Amino acid sequence: MKVKMLSRNPDNYVRETKLDLQRVPRNYDPTLHPFEVSREYVRALNATKLERVFAKPFLASLDGHRDGVNCLAKHPKSLATVLSGACDGEVRIWNLTKRKCIRTIQAHEGFVRGICTRFCGTSFFTVGDDKTVKQWKMDAPGYGEEEEPLHTILGKTVYTGIDHHWKDPAFATCGQQVDIWDEQRTNPICSMTWGFDSINSVKFNPIETFLLGSCASDRNIVLYDMRQATPLKKVILDMRTNTICWNPMEAFIFTAANEDYNLYTFDMRALDTPVMVHMDHVSAVLDVDYCPTGKEFVSASFDKSIRIFPVDRSRSREVYHTKRMQHVICVRWTADSKYIMCGSDEMNIRLWKANASEKLGVLASRERAAQDYNQKLKEKFQHHPNIKRIARHRHLPKSIYSQIQEQRIMREARRRKELNRRKHSKPGSVPVVSERKKHVVAVVK
Amino acid sequence: MWLMQAAKMKAIQTIEDLLALSQQEELVDLPNNYPLSASEDEGDSDEERKHQKLLQAISSLDKKNRWKLAERSEASLTVSEFNVSSEGSGERLGLSDLLEPVKASSSFAVMKKQLNKVKSKKTVELPLNKEEVKQIHREIAFNKTSQTLSKWDPIVLKNRQAEQLVFPLEKGQSGFIPTELVFSGWKARTPLEQEVFNLLHKNKQPVTDCLLAPMEKASLKAMSLEEAKMHRAELQRARALQSYYEARAKREKKIKSKQFHRHVKKEKAKKTLKDFDQLWKVNPTAAMDELEKIEKARMIERMSLKHQNSGRWAKSKTIMAKYDLEARQAVQEQLAKNKELTQKLQVISESEEEKRGVGEEEPLIPDVVNEVQMCADGPNPWMLRNCNSNGKEGEIQADPDQLPEPVVQKFSKSKEDKKPSAEEEILLQEFGERRCLRKNFCLNQDTDPVGSQETKDSSSQDILAKLRTLNQKLKENHHSSKQTVNRAGTVLQVQKEECVLEEEESLLCQRAERVQILVELDEGKEEHFQNEELPRPLLKWEQMKRNPNNQTDVPKEKKKEQVIDLQNLLTKSPFMKSLAIPTAVEELEDEEERNLKQMIKEAFAGDDVIRDFLKEKREAVETNKPKDVDLMLPGWGKWGGVGLRPSAKKRRRFLIKAPEGPPRKDKNLPNVIISEKRNIHATAHQVQVLPYPFTHHQQFERTIQTPVGSLWNTQRAFQKLTTPKVVTKPGHIIKPIKAEDVGCHPSSKLGLSVMQSTTAQPTRNKKQLKKNSGD
Repeated sequence: MKVKMLSRNPDNYVRETKLDLQRVPRNYDPTLHPFEVSREYVRALNATKLERVFAKPFLASLDGHRDGVNCLAKHPKSLATVLSGACDGEVRIWNLTKRKCIRTIQAHEGFVRGICTRFCGTSFFTVGDDKTVKQWKMDAPGYGEEEEPLHTILGKTVYTGIDHHWKDPAFATCGQQVDIWDEQRTNPICSMTWGFDSINSVKFNPIETFLLGSCASDRNIVLYDMRQATPLKKVILDMRTNTICWNPMEAFIFTAANEDYNLYTFDMRALDTPVMVHMDHVSAVLDVDYCPTGKEFVSASFDKSIRIFPVDRSRSREVYHTKRMQHVICVRWTADSKYIMCGSDEMNIRLWKANASEKLGVLASRERAAQDYNQKLKEKFQHHPNIKRIARHRHLPKSIYSQIQEQRIMREARRRKELNRRKHSKPGSVPVVSERKKHVVAVVK
Repeated sequence: MWLMQAAKMKAIQTIEDLLALSQQEELVDLPNNYPLSASEDEGDSDEERKHQKLLQAISSLDKKNRWKLAERSEASLTVSEFNVSSEGSGERLGLSDLLEPVKASSSFAVMKKQLNKVKSKKTVELPLNKEEVKQIHREIAFNKTSQTLSKWDPIVLKNRQAEQLVFPLEKGQSGFIPTELVFSGWKARTPLEQEVFNLLHKNKQPVTDCLLAPMEKASLKAMSLEEAKMHRAELQRARALQSYYEARAKREKKIKSKQFHRHVKKEKAKKTLKDFDQLWKVNPTAAMDELEKIEKARMIERMSLKHQNSGRWAKSKTIMAKYDLEARQAVQEQLAKNKELTQKLQVISESEEEKRGVGEEEPLIPDVVNEVQMCADGPNPWMLRNCNSNGKEGEIQADPDQLPEPVVQKFSKSKEDKKPSAEEEILLQEFGERRCLRKNFCLNQDTDPVGSQETKDSSSQDILAKLRTLNQKLKENHHSSKQTVNRAGTVLQVQKEECVLEEEESLLCQRAERVQILVELDEGKEEHFQNEELPRPLLKWEQMKRNPNNQTDVPKEKKKEQVIDLQNLLTKSPFMKSLAIPTAVEELEDEEERNLKQMIKEAFAGDDVIRDFLKEKREAVETNKPKDVDLMLPGWGKWGGVGLRPSAKKRRRFLIKAPEGPPRKDKNLPNVIISEKRNIHATAHQVQVLPYPFTHHQQFERTIQTPVGSLWNTQRAFQKLTTPKVVTKPGHIIKPIKAEDVGCHPSSKLGLSVMQSTTAQPTRNKKQLKKNSGD
């Protein structure tokens, strides 16, 4: 008589190679897994700890400049190429993969104030303290040829900044006024002024390319329309804005790096209130650059650190510093959104990972799945006190740490004073002004 | 106004002058005009008033409002004609005021007309100052740009709320990139690449122009378009036909009717015969070839293990044959089929003449001939038997023992064996014989070439049989007619014999079945009695069955005995089993269980888990009970020391009884200890304040309680739950968002060209702006 038995297909439990993962049949009934939350919590805790363990963001330092690095520019077509201008008028082109300088140009006498690449990546422009705008070829000259600019424009005043249009052969410089140049002409095709103070920087909007933003020494940010050759609006803040940067994914959003240690994200259609005030720096913010995904930006500060802010958060998610890094003057986020470069006073350009604990290189699919899972867990349990504490913990240099403490005390004192004043005066006479509105002095039409 | 007066004094010399004046409306400084008016006032008598006016004028020189109207404070008869007041019409002196005195005279008609025209024209407003104009421009421009920008709102919102964003945003170039483009500026460097290129060059494969190789081109040239089309159409038709045919075959195969299939088989056989006939007539050599082929096929068929008892199916059927009538029949059918083939072998081994196929039908040879043949032939008991079976009354001439022929040797053997043995034994024996035969055959046929062809299904075999007969017939053509008859007779003989065998066997099967059923109905204890009784109906039935066959009684008797034996065999064993097994098994199981319990008891003899647990619970309850506080001090108010106990009264007095706590939660749960102490260590890990985006603690709890991991979710759900918000490709440049990427065109493409034009012609631009502002 035949005996009937339970039989299983070996295909279901025998793996073909040892690399295969066995599919374990599993009952997902939640009543059978009473400890899922606690297990996930432990996993999240471990993931957070490991993230801090592996957080080693510093990748390389590019040294070669003989003076402080004053400006940086990305190559629009090549991820490995970076251009930098120094305070002694030297421009260097770097290869990031080799971490070497591939070309050196003595471009100006005095500072290189601004540098920008053409949208096609064939040439770049520099402005310097010698009142000139120079256009250079991206490729090095052949053997025996002299290093010479393609074009040189001699201006009447000093130019303090330059930016190239994202699509057309036009660029804008700033100084006494904002000039817009055609590449083929030696005179600006239009110059726009509003007020009489010197302008620090000018930036083209990468999406609506006819828009420009500039910031001047008289504490204001001015927006221009290139098509109508007219300024649009001006917002005056508490202190001077050093530079602005447009969000590459949201046409009307820009962030301003201010001297009052804060960064302000504005919607350009409603300048009277910034969308977000980003505060964490303890000294003037000198430069800002957006991540190409438009979700985050990086800021360089006089307090010798760079910070990464999510666009929708007022506090930074990351701070990078090294012992040797001095005042950071310029910072750029690479076009693949993976790295950050910063140029600082002590003549070095540093390369950082944008995500401190990210593993570089190709990931196996299982590795990636595990990474995603860990990320999700961290996100899920982010409010739990232990996890929050570990995730937020950063080591800071003493100067910054003490500054933060000091400023916290100051802020607290101010707040208390205001409260007291409100308490002891007629109700309504001392209105509550939100942090966002506090810093905007006026909007000029 | 002074000017006006002066103008009137001059009696309005020309209309043009007046027009100019009225249009101008610009006020000229007084000092220029004053002397003029003064000189003309010389004729005036009112000195005093003059003087006053002068003073007034001088005093108002440095003031803002120089053009104060002269007020008439009192009524007087003499009203100066220069001192026209405009009190009624506000502060301004209208043109109509001046024209009123001219009304009467008709000579001024033309002038009046012109003046009316002037009156209808509006005055031009004062141009705004430069700053204000700029501001207006700026506001307009700002509104415009914010309008264009607001077209991005939905996209921005979508991106912000997106579950996942994949960068770079622009989709990869899906368009066709010509190979030349890719290939230019690329060289084979590595040895592998070089090798590949060498190969390509050797085979004249195109390297740059990838579309067609030279061979392909040539082939293309060889066939014109029309030809190709025709060819294609033909192919299509063939394919369609094939598919129809296949569909039909499938349909036919599905038909369950056996009759139909039989019919089809017959039809096929007939057709092949006919075809063969035709072929024979037309092309005899081809027909011979065909014949040879058939011969070969037959040989192969015989060599193969088909229709033997060695197959899986056959084995299973032999096992089932004990119990299942159908299975038995099937086995026997197969045996019969095999016999056909083996029969042939005997014929071959005996003589060349008898090498004939065994067909079920012999259409070419009529029955009459057969009969004649039978008569003519010697006393062949088989033939006689066949005759008998054909319907004529007769007796069985011979015992199976007497059968002498080698042709039916094995059959006779089986006949012999049948008597003492049970049916299954017969079957087994037959199979055994078959095996032996096969071996012999193999030995005999070692020299024969073994073809690769095999006829697989029964229908093909039928056809084979037909063709064999045909073959036979053809051969017969070369021999005498007598021989033909002879052969046919033998063939028929064999056939008949087979029929009989089959019938008998089936009968046996049925009988056995019957017996079994009956036996099963009765109790097993009455075996002997049953054995006596049973055969009667059985016999009757047998007789009824046999009547058409006209079998004699002798074998009947024997058969009966067999049946009884068989019955004994069959009845005894199953009944024993059926009675004994279940109870025994139950007992066994009980025993096993007992054993198991015993074993477990022995194994865990030392540790009584339940008692331990109860003890533990008692302890837990005790420890968690609120304790009484004893404030007694021994020796207080009484003697104390070793062996002295404070009095019970004192003890009671200083004992503070702890209040009864709430009932324990595990009071009624005997198998559980519920600790009601709060775990302090856990609080450090718990969220104290509801985090920001959540509005209710339940929301938050729910998000925490849903697990993410793959242990608690299906693979797909896990993947869905853990998708990262932003995905970037390493090494890819992420460009700023473009309207084309998103699929909308928010901004008009004006750009630089517009700007240049505006700068070149600033005035026109301003006008445009004005227009815009007007809009």
